[in-house]
Amino acid sequence: MHKIVSKQQLSNDVFTAWLEAPFIARAARPGQFVIISINNEFSERIPLTVADSDAQKGLIRIIWQRVGKTTADLSELKAGDFIAAVTGPLGRPTHIENFGLVVCVGGGIGNAVLLPITKALKKAGNKIITILGARTKDILILEDEFAKISDELIVTTDDGSYGRKALVTEPLEEICKRTPKPGQVFAIGPAVMMKFCCEVTKKYNVPTQVSLNTIMVDGTGMCGGCRIEYDGKPKFVCVDGPEFDGHKVNFDLMIKRMNAYRQHEHQAYEEYKKHKCRIGLNEKELTTKKNKDS
Amino acid sequence: MTNGKEQIQKNSEKQNAKGLTIAERLKIPPQQMPQQKPQERIRNVNEVALGYSQTEARMEALRCLGCKNAPCVSGCPVRIRIKDFIAAIVEGDYKKALNIIKENSLLPAVCGRVCPQENQCQEKCTVGIKFKNIAKAVSIGRLERFVADLDLDDQSIPQIAPPTGMKVAIIGSGPGSIVAATDTRRAGHDVTIFEAFHKPGGVMIYGIPEFRLPKIIVQKEIQTLVNMGVKIIPNFVVGKTRTIEQLMKEDGFDAVFIGVGAGLPKFMNIEGESLVGVYSANEFLTRANLMKAYKFGAGADTPIARAKKVAVVGGGNVAIDASRMALRLGAEKVYLIYRRTEAQMPARAEEVHHAQEEGVEFHLLQNPKRLIGDENCHIRAVECLRYKLGEPDESGRRRPVPIEGSEFQIEVDSVIIAIGNVPNPLIQQTTPYLKFNKDGSIVVDEKGTTSMEGVFAGGDIVSGSATVIEAMGQGRTAAASINEYLAEKKKQKT
Repeated sequence: MHKIVSKQQLSNDVFTAWLEAPFIARAARPGQFVIISINNEFSERIPLTVADSDAQKGLIRIIWQRVGKTTADLSELKAGDFIAAVTGPLGRPTHIENFGLVVCVGGGIGNAVLLPITKALKKAGNKIITILGARTKDILILEDEFAKISDELIVTTDDGSYGRKALVTEPLEEICKRTPKPGQVFAIGPAVMMKFCCEVTKKYNVPTQVSLNTIMVDGTGMCGGCRIEYDGKPKFVCVDGPEFDGHKVNFDLMIKRMNAYRQHEHQAYEEYKKHKCRIGLNEKELTTKKNKDS
Repeated sequence: MTNGKEQIQKNSEKQNAKGLTIAERLKIPPQQMPQQKPQERIRNVNEVALGYSQTEARMEALRCLGCKNAPCVSGCPVRIRIKDFIAAIVEGDYKKALNIIKENSLLPAVCGRVCPQENQCQEKCTVGIKFKNIAKAVSIGRLERFVADLDLDDQSIPQIAPPTGMKVAIIGSGPGSIVAATDTRRAGHDVTIFEAFHKPGGVMIYGIPEFRLPKIIVQKEIQTLVNMGVKIIPNFVVGKTRTIEQLMKEDGFDAVFIGVGAGLPKFMNIEGESLVGVYSANEFLTRANLMKAYKFGAGADTPIARAKKVAVVGGGNVAIDASRMALRLGAEKVYLIYRRTEAQMPARAEEVHHAQEEGVEFHLLQNPKRLIGDENCHIRAVECLRYKLGEPDESGRRRPVPIEGSEFQIEVDSVIIAIGNVPNPLIQQTTPYLKFNKDGSIVVDEKGTTSMEGVFAGGDIVSGSATVIEAMGQGRTAAASINEYLAEKKKQKT
């Protein structure tokens, strides 16, 4: 059992929590993830990135977006509550070195994955340009934390409600044209965003790492559900990744695979919301209540 | 059998007097296993074979000739004294029968159900040979299951030696590990099992379905371990959460048993294998068994494709399990595609028979060439080639050879690939001092000793995909080596 020691709401649907997980806190490196399961009998197992860790206190930080039943269940938990299973740290850590100039591109919940990697890159002596993209101002997360570790921070929103009205690929392309060229790009966010970032950097021949968050069951190589087509061959995101050379990933197929259970997810979430309504709260009230709680 | 009771009484009396003659024994018909009717059982996940009644068990036991040289024993990977336990059944002393089995096998309720007896003990049975029909051999597995099931409520635990102060780490919690844990704990060591999943039991929990091996049986074995004082730590991935080196150098474990199995699913490396709706059997069965996806929307949160037309590729027990699970999840058509013939299938004959009864369509001497998707990258059809049998290969089986130009398509909305597993590289990646074979399995000697001091291994991580009973046998061998190693270590300490 893993106790939640603190929890915070970062935006309407994004939450962060610090959990007790002493072994994982000691072993985790940037780029790795955990599989969590809220209870042991019927819960789903879902992968979440270790966004930060504190080996001394034995704590890890996770960040999640409420998209379906399991993440909604998780959002209901409060400081002091327990999560039955936290397994990890899984996946291979990010390869960190001094590349010179690094561009870190984050989108949506991907910022959570990008944060520890950016911190480690900064520590390794890289000059960091961070580009954070969001649909709209309200869902932008972790801007302050990135501001602290970036030499240059660019924020874009699709609707222009904050920062520059653009997609992240626009400033990314501008930076790729500069001299000196970036030594490395990390692009982490929605699959579509990563796909288009890679199309840009490929043009300028800038190596680009992406971190993939495909559907997993065990997270240890056993099921192969997370597999992607990489350079024409199957690779497992859980044991071969989660980071890959983005120029070799078949994103179109990956996006289809990630949508395989969209209908199930929708069905489960609708049932869940109906149930919540029956016990006297509608979705809006729930959110208001949660804002107060956190 | 209609006149079973009378016959048993008559036979038992005779047995008591002077025993039945061989001719009389050979006249007793093989006892059929009571089972759920095919049309009923594909609508539930409950066990198919229901188990012998006492009458049936004793009738079947009377068919054993009690051969002096007991050829059946040579077919058993753990050398159970088969004719002796069967004689105890005839006497009606079921406890004695079970105790004889338990001298060599710790999991009789499991092995009675999942051992491929027709390739082991029953293959050598004189009765089957006499009738030139292996199906007429004495049903040793069913008898094993019979006595084991009578004991399911038994809470007793084996005797445990006084504490030695030595700590043993067991990695993985499948059949090999359960036996290794039991035997090292019996010797008085402090034993901890580390399991990556949230539930212990390994392949018996995530892989073999409820309808073939009820989970309650596995849970009972795990509970026995707990009652013996074995600690079980779930959600702990050795190699990731802690390395073997850390366990030994920092956490004070004196010896380690690696029983992590062969967990990485093989794919065919053909076009279309990453299409939506294409599963490894591991994923399909894990979702269904461990995560209880058959209850999705009714309590369980893990989804699974509810396909109408499913193709399963492979001819082993896993392929048969996946086919039958797909039926239970509502498939209207299940096609089992296997490139050899039925006689060459590695699956247990009884399960092949069950699958046929349930309506699984066998497509033999066929193999997928590519998987075809629709515009949404969802699997739409399997393109197969027909095969014929050629010369024998290194396994001694005649090699299937593709017939050129024989391509044809089968329409499906899901494909499950069950062509075997290879060892998981996690331990290899994180244990530099341990020696591995080219195929990723751990190098051990005949006593289960690895190249790293204090580290032992057994089960599929050593032998590749094999059976529960072989894993158990190796777990036992390795445990004996661990006990010996620790006794020596203790002597040196004092």
